[in-house]
Amino acid sequence: MFSYCTDPSTLEGLTWLSCYLTTGKHMGFYLSFVTVIVLLLITAPVALLFGFAGASAARSRFLPLSLLGKTYTAIVRGVPDIAFFMFFVIALDQAFEYLRHKVKCPDWSEPVRQGNDFVVCAQAKLPLSTSPQWVHETYGFALAVLTFSIVFGAFAANVLYGAMRAVPRAQLETAEAYGMSTRQTFWRILVPQMWIYALPGLSNLWMILVKATPLLFLLGVEDIVYWARELGGTKTARFSDYPHGNWHAIYFFGLLVFYLMLTSVSERIFKRITRRLSHGQATAAGEAQRKAVQ
Amino acid sequence: MSCLQTIQDYALRSIGIGERLLPRTDFTLCEQVTLIGSGMIWNIYFGLIAIALGFFAATGMALAKNSQNKWLQKPAEFFIYVFRGSPLFIQMFFAYAVFVVLKQNMPFFAPFTSAWLGATLVLFLNTTAYTAEIFYGALQSIPKGDLEAADAYGITGRPRFTRIVWPSMLRLAWPAYTNEAIFLFHATALVFFSGFPVWGQRGDALYYASYFADKTFNPFVPYPILAGFFILLTLVVITIFGQIGKHLNRHLPQAAIRRPNFLRTIMR
Repeated sequence: MFSYCTDPSTLEGLTWLSCYLTTGKHMGFYLSFVTVIVLLLITAPVALLFGFAGASAARSRFLPLSLLGKTYTAIVRGVPDIAFFMFFVIALDQAFEYLRHKVKCPDWSEPVRQGNDFVVCAQAKLPLSTSPQWVHETYGFALAVLTFSIVFGAFAANVLYGAMRAVPRAQLETAEAYGMSTRQTFWRILVPQMWIYALPGLSNLWMILVKATPLLFLLGVEDIVYWARELGGTKTARFSDYPHGNWHAIYFFGLLVFYLMLTSVSERIFKRITRRLSHGQATAAGEAQRKAVQ
Repeated sequence: MSCLQTIQDYALRSIGIGERLLPRTDFTLCEQVTLIGSGMIWNIYFGLIAIALGFFAATGMALAKNSQNKWLQKPAEFFIYVFRGSPLFIQMFFAYAVFVVLKQNMPFFAPFTSAWLGATLVLFLNTTAYTAEIFYGALQSIPKGDLEAADAYGITGRPRFTRIVWPSMLRLAWPAYTNEAIFLFHATALVFFSGFPVWGQRGDALYYASYFADKTFNPFVPYPILAGFFILLTLVVITIFGQIGKHLNRHLPQAAIRRPNFLRTIMR
């Protein structure tokens, strides 16, 4: 990157380090931190949406729908999340390809599963084998986001289900007494009030989500763990301009610090949100705020 | 090959007993169930050792965090912060990398680079931190009356801890501790995907499940089998911990104790 970096073998000390840390591969490493943040920022709202749908389904009076919502949360919780990640990435990919196969190649006669192979017609491949590299990478990332959202949606569903039941009955009864319909009661009374009850669970969930992001590595995305393994490995002078020993420990220590910072900052933000949401609520924290003002 | 033969060949495959070669073609359902079940031996081993040792370490750590002495309290707080604030996955990678470096200088650390010791150590430290936080919370919420009663009876020092504080702490912490135990067992599935190498294809349940999924390109058989095994394990943990919890609460009016709900107990 710098002009003096043309011949790294002559460099020493800090100049060597400054060149080493700005190689193209290191830029990829830094960019992968952005990947993690982007994943978090997309997954959190989508998972919340899934969770909201799951919780609403579990509350439904229509039995099959309520069973569906409850099974969704129960199964995802009883099994290690890593197993789900590894399952969903292949399963979703195959499901999409199968659907496209049915639509695009209706007169295909051979079965899709042939022994140990999964065969769809060329037009149904996702992404198409002719597409450029970035499409493949984006598709892989999108699959990862969907997988994370499904798994964490189930956790969120459980939290929101609990929060919906925690809203005092009297509030809902009052709404009904004013002649609000079920739908109006749900959207105007229940939903605005449930967040303060959901917040401890959701903040906990966010922490778990943050700590699950390294699993992106297992889903085949080039994330920070991938780069740390790649860059930290022993490099000999034959294959690299910057030979060094096994630096895995240093790189993973860096990741450890990154995650510690991420969780500490999140904790601080959640504390602030809790204070905000407690304002004017009929809870102990809200009451304490009211008294403090007087 | 009959299913009985498969079980004889592969039931203990994960610890190196039985047929050496894994099946390569024509995977039967029986082979998949047997091998994934065989891998569960590792998951149970990791989980049991980490929980058994972590329980005592966490009691000590919680007391340290609760202590008035700064020299005990600050290190305990830091330990808990580091292990709860970072992903277990990264902790595993980091620990493995450190053990590899240490091994080069001190042969004493050679066994730490294999999963049976190194990964168990990381899981032990991790569960110690999480459990210590749970126990610390419980210590803080021991009813004041209990402690005052102990003072009134002149119970001090060691008996005060073993007969008053510790039982109350366990009673209060038990539901949360049950969750921690369940999630520790789930976390054991990470071990062989986080740096620790698999020797001679002796892996855990997830290792075999992903082996089958890779070979057959069909995730819809091995992963549900794995899920079944883990749900079974979760139920066993809930049952055992439920029994212990009942024992801890045996002196209380029985109506006050709600039976743990399966759905809610699996919560993290």
